[in-house]
Amino acid sequence: MAIISIDRTAKQLVLTVQEYSLFAWRAFQNLYRPPIYWTDFLIQSDVIGFGSISIVLLSGFFTGGVLALQSAATLSAFGATAVTGRFVAITMIRELGPVLTGVMVSGRNASSMASELGSMVVTEQIDAMRALGVDPIRKLVTPRIFACITMLFFLTIVADAFGIMGGAFVTVFMNHQDGLQYFSMAWESLRYPDILQGLVKPLFSGYIIASIGCFYGLRTSGGTQGVGRATIQAVVWSSVFIIVADFFLTQILLAIFPT
Amino acid sequence: MSLDSNLPQNASPAPLGPAAAHHVSPVVAFKYVTLAFDGPPVLKNISFSVAPGETRVLLGPAGVGKSVLLKLANGLLRPDKGSIQLFGEEISNMPEEQLFPLRTRIGMVFQEGALFDSLTVRDNVGYQLIQEKVPDDEIDARVRQILSFVGLERTFAFYPSSLSGGMKRRVAIARAAIRQPELMLYDSPTGGLDPVTSTTIIELIVKERDVHKTPALLVTHRLQDAFTMCTHYYDQEKAAMLPLPEGQTNPNTTFLMLDEGRLIFDGTIHDLVHSKDPFVREFIE
Repeated sequence: MAIISIDRTAKQLVLTVQEYSLFAWRAFQNLYRPPIYWTDFLIQSDVIGFGSISIVLLSGFFTGGVLALQSAATLSAFGATAVTGRFVAITMIRELGPVLTGVMVSGRNASSMASELGSMVVTEQIDAMRALGVDPIRKLVTPRIFACITMLFFLTIVADAFGIMGGAFVTVFMNHQDGLQYFSMAWESLRYPDILQGLVKPLFSGYIIASIGCFYGLRTSGGTQGVGRATIQAVVWSSVFIIVADFFLTQILLAIFPT
Repeated sequence: MSLDSNLPQNASPAPLGPAAAHHVSPVVAFKYVTLAFDGPPVLKNISFSVAPGETRVLLGPAGVGKSVLLKLANGLLRPDKGSIQLFGEEISNMPEEQLFPLRTRIGMVFQEGALFDSLTVRDNVGYQLIQEKVPDDEIDARVRQILSFVGLERTFAFYPSSLSGGMKRRVAIARAAIRQPELMLYDSPTGGLDPVTSTTIIELIVKERDVHKTPALLVTHRLQDAFTMCTHYYDQEKAAMLPLPEGQTNPNTTFLMLDEGRLIFDGTIHDLVHSKDPFVREFIE
């Protein structure tokens, strides 16, 4: 009985991976094949980009602040609190900015995409769209992926900037250190490969968030309960994949741009 | 009861009767279609066709696969076995991208309307025209025209959430009919509606049949709707659905019946009321 259950689960997993791969490939191909629904792209950019700015801004600012607090506490043991700016800037730009923004945007937007498309599936609106001769992947998925990739890129820059500002706030007002020193250390330590690393990652995270959110939304079954399940799966898997992708991307980028 | 196929002069019958219909290429043809999901087949060896100008009413109790059959007809679902021809093209293995242009030639009315809840009635009804980048003025004019056909001109700027169940179905019919499709598919258009609203919906379907001569496949479990379609016609002068004279029926409205995934009946109303099949008898009595 247990073997049958394992067998069924394994088959289900392989089927899901296969379906997601085909779906993601089709959605990716649509990124550069007309017709591209520019109006839908702009609407989704507003929803994803402008809609997420407050959470990205706050999480970036306080993460930078926490980094400054923690690093100053550790660095003070070596009399090196002056390098707090360098520590915060590199950590935020190379790692925490992209990953944290990805996870925050995933929590907000992968869930909204899965629930919106899932509700459309259970009310037959997706079938109605197909029956009207409109491709739901092209109309609903591709603009979301395109918008998510574009907006996540800019949101990551916002998170990086506010993270560094958060670190500066803590350094100046709580640790009573020199702000100019903080910013000059941050500026001097940054190299172009660091910035490149930080800006490549959101392109992949954006694709992961939108494709997984839409994938689980469009394969919703089982009514309103199914919509709830799809939403949970979308958030969980997109967050996990962002971190997994970050691990592999970091390895590749470190191999290309060794420190 | 003697059943005659002659119609009054102003009844505007569809161009072909069942006899003639079999000599022209069908709009839709199912040949030995079988489909199963996770379990026993939902449909087994289904074969039938819809000829130009013909309205086929698919009867059967709930859960026998009527809606599934309708979704097979425009490629929303794919059969496991058998062949489905739509406008002369084999669609059972056709890639989704090639199906989209074919589907624009079909109007489909879903069970609950399936209107896009984030769009107004205008944008729902004119959805295909918007996708085709038709100028806004022309979209407005055509939407208003088709909304007047279903008697809902005043709902132009409304959202679906502010419409009643019957109004949603009428808007769905308007959306399906706006491009004057070559085939209409109706999935239980009167399901869950009160008798008065159901009659309004059937009147619209009869109007579409008799005014635009659109061939149709209609799914229902309500026998009274099926008989109303067969025994009434739409009078354009009086702008109303009227009963045919005693003993006359519409010759282009024929019946199919499903039971446990099998097609157990295919024929005219005359054949239906005189069928000796125990299930058919039980269903109609």
